[in-house]
Amino acid sequence: MDLVVNILIGIVIAATPLVFAAIGELVVEKAGVLNLGVEGMMIMGAVAGFATRIETGSPWLALVAAMAAGAIMAALFGLLTLTLLSNQVASGLALTLFGLGLAALLGQAYSGMSAPAFPRLSIPGLSTLPVIGPLLFGHDLLVYLSVALVAGVVWFLGRTRAGLILRAVGENHDAAHQLGYPVVLIRYLALMFGGAAAGLGGAYLSLVQSPIWVEKMTAGRGWIALALVVFAAWRPWRALAGAYLFGGITILQLHSQAFGLKIEAQYMNMLPYLATILVLVVISSDRRRLQSNAPASLGKPFYAAS
Amino acid sequence: MLRLERRKEASRSMLYATPFLAVLLTMAAGIVLFALIGKDPLRAISIIFFQPLTSVYGVTELLVKATPLVLIAVGLSLGFRAGIWNIGAEGQYTMGALAGGAVALAFYDQPGLWLLPLMCVAGAAGGAAWAAIPAFLKTRFNANEILVSLMLTYVAGLILSVMVFGPLRDPEGLSFPESRLFHDSARLPVLISGTRAHVGILVALVAVLLTAFVLARHRFGLVIRVLGAAPAAARFAGFSETATVWTCLLVSGALSGLAGLFEASGTLGQLVPALPVGYGFTAIIVAFLGRLHPVGILAAGLLLGLTYIGGEGAQIAMSLPSAVTSVFQGMLLFFLLAMDVLVNYRIRLGSRPAAAIAAEAE
Amino acid sequence: MAGQPILEIDSISKAFPGVLANDRVSFSVGAGEIHALLGENGAGKSTLVKIIYGVNHADSGSMRFLGRPYRPERPSEARSTGVGMVFQHFSLFDALTVAENVALGLEDGQPGTGLDQRIVEVARSYGLPLDPSRRIGTLSVGERQRVEIVRCLLQRPRLIIMDEPTSVLTPQEAGMLFATLRRIREEGCSILYISHKLEEIRALCERATVLRGGRVVASTDPRKETAKSLAEMMIGSALKAPARHETLTGASRLELNGLTLPSSHPFGVDLADISLEVRAGEIVGLAGVAGNGQDELMEALIGERRVAVPRAIVVDGVPIGHQGPSARRARGMAFVPEERLGHAAVPDMALTDNTILSAAERMRLIRGGLIDRTAAARFAGEIVSAFGVKTAGIEHQARSLSGGNLQKFVVGREVLQDPGVLIAAQPTWGVDAGAAAAIHQSLIDLAAKGAAILVISQDLDELMTICDRIAVIAGGRVSPARPTAKVSVEEIGLAMGGQSGAGVASGAGHA
Repeated sequence: MDLVVNILIGIVIAATPLVFAAIGELVVEKAGVLNLGVEGMMIMGAVAGFATRIETGSPWLALVAAMAAGAIMAALFGLLTLTLLSNQVASGLALTLFGLGLAALLGQAYSGMSAPAFPRLSIPGLSTLPVIGPLLFGHDLLVYLSVALVAGVVWFLGRTRAGLILRAVGENHDAAHQLGYPVVLIRYLALMFGGAAAGLGGAYLSLVQSPIWVEKMTAGRGWIALALVVFAAWRPWRALAGAYLFGGITILQLHSQAFGLKIEAQYMNMLPYLATILVLVVISSDRRRLQSNAPASLGKPFYAAS
Repeated sequence: MLRLERRKEASRSMLYATPFLAVLLTMAAGIVLFALIGKDPLRAISIIFFQPLTSVYGVTELLVKATPLVLIAVGLSLGFRAGIWNIGAEGQYTMGALAGGAVALAFYDQPGLWLLPLMCVAGAAGGAAWAAIPAFLKTRFNANEILVSLMLTYVAGLILSVMVFGPLRDPEGLSFPESRLFHDSARLPVLISGTRAHVGILVALVAVLLTAFVLARHRFGLVIRVLGAAPAAARFAGFSETATVWTCLLVSGALSGLAGLFEASGTLGQLVPALPVGYGFTAIIVAFLGRLHPVGILAAGLLLGLTYIGGEGAQIAMSLPSAVTSVFQGMLLFFLLAMDVLVNYRIRLGSRPAAAIAAEAE
Repeated sequence: MAGQPILEIDSISKAFPGVLANDRVSFSVGAGEIHALLGENGAGKSTLVKIIYGVNHADSGSMRFLGRPYRPERPSEARSTGVGMVFQHFSLFDALTVAENVALGLEDGQPGTGLDQRIVEVARSYGLPLDPSRRIGTLSVGERQRVEIVRCLLQRPRLIIMDEPTSVLTPQEAGMLFATLRRIREEGCSILYISHKLEEIRALCERATVLRGGRVVASTDPRKETAKSLAEMMIGSALKAPARHETLTGASRLELNGLTLPSSHPFGVDLADISLEVRAGEIVGLAGVAGNGQDELMEALIGERRVAVPRAIVVDGVPIGHQGPSARRARGMAFVPEERLGHAAVPDMALTDNTILSAAERMRLIRGGLIDRTAAARFAGEIVSAFGVKTAGIEHQARSLSGGNLQKFVVGREVLQDPGVLIAAQPTWGVDAGAAAAIHQSLIDLAAKGAAILVISQDLDELMTICDRIAVIAGGRVSPARPTAKVSVEEIGLAMGGQSGAGVASGAGHA
């Protein structure tokens, strides 16, 4: 029983950074922008969060710093693609390469250090219940925040006027412009939300999942988050489910020994990457369905002639 | 207020001027960065960008670093022109090194003149095979090549690790997970004795010239330009997207694989887990900085090679962190993309007087 | 003239790089008036209405709305002042519902909250039935226009601007639209009606302001003018109708036999059992409202999508359905797609390189895999001089040409290859009258040389002018072609609406 509980908790911990990064990117893509720099924003969040945690001791300031770092990176991407109209794919790659380098530079002083444990939810009576306690009431607070964030995005996109406008901008930016909506501003805001969420995802890695700072510790999770958005067909709850599925695959590798699998660790480590490819293949092969789910203006540059 | 005004046509002079502007801006930003972390900025810039050029050793090392960058970037540029984004060159590089290196190790006891050519074929084939996966998945299942090729880079690193920990591990080695040193006949001949400058440099030059010819004269050069600029026009012209995806990925995969093999056989002389050092990613910057043109890529490859050598120099002389190199490279791409706007747009101040613009149109 | 003006425009100027789109334009729209703004493509109509609606801003000049100074910074300001607009390229969102689209056009609209009810009420009272919960992508073009109009009406505007509203409608739908517009006028709302269709302006409008080259050249009561006199004001000279030759139809050159092809787009139209024949020397027109399978048919005819059954498309007796574009061109086919920039031509490439796109085979511009740039430049030069394309030189990029000149270049590129079968979609769409006449003449001359020509167009006037026979495409099906002389506009209009003899259902695509 303990093993099962541990595995389930492990899945949640492995999935949460993906939930943050994917839900952020989902909003960005709903606004019609393809930011391939999720990896770069995550790693900046990871290093900013870690450094702030060490320097100030406050986990909350660390989260603020991580969100700010991600949002600043996203704003930089916005400057390139929205204001200066450069290629979104190339700019996303640039963001990732730059982020990985800058994070390594900033993090040099912190390598080898470890951060104190992150606060957990603790409800007297509930958190100590067997099985249900640790599974529902014993996680770190960010886990609850990530689920709340998904719910918030569902509500925002589906139920608010601002959400409707954001979807409209992503669907047809020329029409939105004709109707008088500030396309570029809305996209900047969406981007910075996505950046802040990716920053949180990165901070989760360096503050909760393995509370130390290691160069390149995001290890492709930003890219997996991008694939999750496609997998989710741009629907928030499906993104959450996808993240937990990937969490499960990741955790498989840690527990493979326990299951009595005699296989090199490297093969198990390949699983999340191979699973990403598999998921992409399955979800993309129906071209027509993929097209009807994707925001129609996704990745297209917007230039208002007036 | 600044405003952008679309040019009627892309400006050729800006197309060529902006990479130089980007380099200058990167240096300027570097000076600020070094000042911020309390290092002598001018000294750092001079160590990174100029000092390596003052010795024969520095120059040959520069060529050694530039070779994989140029080889990979030339291949990538074909796809980038066509809007086919192979960003997994690092993985193809790794698989090329592994395939070619495995051949070297398999025939360790039967060396001969034929060995090196066979290794080159295996290296190119290894890289091409690894690139064939995203090509197949894109053309058959419409799977995004960016994500697939990138995921495969992680997988390639793990495969290399499995191999040098296992089957390819040096039988006489003690605890290091690395292969034995290749036999002499499996090493790339050196061009200048006493240095590491190997014949791979010449191969990179040939690749540059060949690609320049294809782009200028061959139908394929037109096909990738049209596909990248207007996919619907490519369909109208009857250019096959499937064939182009395959060609671009196979060529760039083969060149990346060859670059990997050159690194294993020329520079290192063995397989080690740390073989992939990011050339495949840096080559993306090289390709863009070189304006996706082979000759530009040659120049850009040399410049970025310089940042590697110079970065190492600065690490030793000024105890600068090694990450400085990748920060510089990232900034370079950022500034280049930011400057790109000047190619297609004019920047105007304030609101324009109608008469002036009408007059300009005449 | 109705009493106090709703909108007064005084000396508005607006320049874009290279063009003075509006040059000291002045006129006024009276209360309860349907006022025509008449002009050729490129005369500056669209720019002017965007200024009135706050999308663009004038460089100089002023406007007054109901007597008060009026200078909307953005469309929402125009809307709250009482100006509504129905765009030519609808500002609608395919993946969103009718209600969501309407909400986006209102200042505080939000789907739910009684909005559906209001949509249904307004729609019904103006005879514009609509289902608020449907997605725009599943609606026909006429239905989409209703959404735009209803969205406009819900804001209780004093002035509605309509940009070329009938260009996408069947004649019958246009008739229904006129009834709606007269209803709107009776309720005291003015309409600024932009068009270049002279007959409908004469039928509908009390005043007309004519723009040419960005300037007001005439202000008149169109009911007292003839179509010919209006056309002369618009163009500035008398227009020569294209000269027809005696039609000598020969052997069948293009045959479609039960062409069936499911669409590849989410909101596309499936082609169903299309049969059609075009003979040597003949121009056949294919009329239809946009979005009824024209794009899919063009894809199949060019060979961008291949047809599994080779016999579905036969050229000069040879089945070619399974072949790609290059093989078809080698057989003597040539194509003019509807979209000039990005489909027929690459915007960022020089004219020389753009000739190679479609002329590589027939003009031997690529040999042994190598491009013959000298030959390409020679051919490009030939096109430019034969078709009077205004350009600074063939080394300049396609996007630097005006719409009319680029279209002449594209048509010239195909016609000068001397094809046996030419298929042209919307060959004069968005092109000025001079260029349109030149293009029409070149098609007529090509047919006279024995080519078979199929023209796919939404412009019925165009088809009636140049075609020998006309068929109609609706809902992915094609009605039998009938001689132009023996069909009326009304009959074609009914077929375009899907009420042909074949009993085809309405032209909506499927989700």
